[in-house]
Amino acid sequence: MQPFVKPTEDITTRQACQVESLGHPVQFSAENQKTFQHLLTRYPTKQAAVLPTLWLAQEEFGWISTEVIEYVSELLDLPPSHVYGVVSFYTMFYRKPMGKYHVQLCTNVSCMLMGGGTILDCLREKLGIDLNETTADGLFSLSEVECLAACEMAPMAQVNDEFHGPLTPEGVNQLVESLKKRG
Amino acid sequence: MEVKLLTRNFENPESWTLAAYEKAGGYRTFPKALAMDPEAVIQLVKDSGLRGRGGAGFPTGMKWGFVPKGTEKPKYLCVNADESEPGTFKDRYLLEKDPHALIEGIIITCWAVGIHHAYVYIRGEFGLPYYRLRDAVQEAYDKGYLGTNVGGKGFQLDITIHRGAGAYICGEETGLIESLEGKKGQPRLKPPFPAVIGVFGCPTVVNNVETIQAVTWILEHGAAEYKKYGTEKSPGTKLFSVSGHVNRPGVFEIPLGLPCKTLVHDLCGGIRNGKRQKANIVGGSSVPVLTGEEADQVDLDYESLAAAGTMLGSGGMIVMDEDTCMVWTLAVILKFYAHESCGQCTPCREGTGWIRNLVYRLEAGGGTAQDLDKLLSITKNMMGTTICVLADAAAMPTESFLKKFRREFEAHAGAGRCPIRGASSHFLTAAH
Ligand SMILES: Cc1cc2nc3c(=O)[nH]c(=O)nc-3n(C[C@H](O)[C@H](O)[C@H](O)COP(=O)(O)O)c2cc1C
Ligand code: SF4
Ligand code: FES
Repeated sequence: MQPFVKPTEDITTRQACQVESLGHPVQFSAENQKTFQHLLTRYPTKQAAVLPTLWLAQEEFGWISTEVIEYVSELLDLPPSHVYGVVSFYTMFYRKPMGKYHVQLCTNVSCMLMGGGTILDCLREKLGIDLNETTADGLFSLSEVECLAACEMAPMAQVNDEFHGPLTPEGVNQLVESLKKRG
Repeated sequence: MEVKLLTRNFENPESWTLAAYEKAGGYRTFPKALAMDPEAVIQLVKDSGLRGRGGAGFPTGMKWGFVPKGTEKPKYLCVNADESEPGTFKDRYLLEKDPHALIEGIIITCWAVGIHHAYVYIRGEFGLPYYRLRDAVQEAYDKGYLGTNVGGKGFQLDITIHRGAGAYICGEETGLIESLEGKKGQPRLKPPFPAVIGVFGCPTVVNNVETIQAVTWILEHGAAEYKKYGTEKSPGTKLFSVSGHVNRPGVFEIPLGLPCKTLVHDLCGGIRNGKRQKANIVGGSSVPVLTGEEADQVDLDYESLAAAGTMLGSGGMIVMDEDTCMVWTLAVILKFYAHESCGQCTPCREGTGWIRNLVYRLEAGGGTAQDLDKLLSITKNMMGTTICVLADAAAMPTESFLKKFRREFEAHAGAGRCPIRGASSHFLTAAH
């Protein structure tokens, strides 16, 4: 009998979650402190501002470190464990530094039907990294994501907040080269 | 064939701006609604027969009617813009191309139900649709269509856009509510239903983007006009997002009841490379699959699809050609549900992982024919036993794939490789 494919780590809840430390405390810029105060006015409870505050933090600090979790929990009068729980539940909060360009290939059904597997191979080869890795120069991170509601452009990928597709091996080359040029 | 009610403005230049929307006649309907008794607005939506476009197809006017009257508590509207059912991308088009029609629909809905604060829960991955909606909301505030004196009628209404952060389960209405409250998006047991106890412990209406945009059209043109489209029991139009092996994938607004054949073979230009249609998932990856022959005979409305053993769902149609391996396709689908289970219920948390692993093994040419029955016994234990229907959403496609393409599964078991695709698919072992 053939062995099972090695079970991945996500069977229990979502991805295994480990948060890295930045090594020093953080604080919002003066402008973001204002944005944060404004955020609070939009919700009847402080807790409801967790997601938008984490988004703001990720925009300013790039990723969510243990220090960011502590800072956000202080701002919102919540136990750090609650904020940690939230951070670990969602896939879009980065728990470690990411590349400047985050290439996220959709490996859901329509994209895979249209050749997403080949595109994944091209991306691995072109970037010289595997999934969930970052290039040594810090320019690119590669991940796979689930359906991004852009199946008409399958196979597609998201780079930061832009959608790209339909991707071909040649298109992958061009995309990566143009991002490298942008630097 | 196509009927452009909700997509009427899509081709207009800069259709997402306030100027373009007003030029096309926008923001002239809500004053009409605000001049009506709220009950009359609800009645009109009931009369139109509009059913929720988020997946479950619940009658919209009836849902609004469940919100208790005369309560002291504030009430809330949550617009579900989480759009994450695989194969579905119609709300993205509505948000990108006509965000003001959504805002106008929100004003009308909130007036009808007595709501002063609406949250639009938009999936975190959306860039352009988010920016367009954010700018549109700002324009609407600046113009006085939102705020303390909506349209000069003394009605107060705020809209807050709330970005998700990557979790399919936050599209489920109570998962959405939990997420909006600043928690993990783990669904709640129902009852109580959100109409009675929803977000922040208050009565809450949760509606899909397309549903709310249909409300704008219905108020402008009337229930009778809306009912001219579609069938008697499934009135109106529906946006289908079609992807997969068709020549022209995209979003199509069609009257309900249109033959599936017309959508696939005419509007979408048929199957790529002149191939045969092997299978069709008509309503998003959660609904039972149809064979190509079945799909060519079915009409696209709630009742006909139910009679054919499937569902309209979100209208996310995924078309597969004759070269597709169905075991592999199911493996891809199950990878998704195992990843997205929120983990609260044992049959779902364990079941989605087990069936995924069993199908992975079959796909690679491993396993035995007994695995097929094992799969069916697991799915049986997943259905109807959990807090939300994500478990069913994984079980239903599994059962239908096995039922309709059983031979293909049997040919894989123990074959050592996929008889259709050859080598096993690398992505299945990727760390996810
Ligand atoms: C697992 C799951 C995911 C869902 N995802 C979405 C979604 O992304 N968008 C949506 O509008 N409805 C989604 N729904 C349906 C919602 O729970 C809810 O029925 C809908 O938003 C109600 O709006 P409607 O009555 O206008 O359709 C989902 C349901 C389930 C069980
Ligand atoms: S069925 Fe699955 S997704 Fe739904 S509440 Fe239970 S564990 Fe969570
Ligand atoms: S399957 Fe890739 S965007 Fe939908």
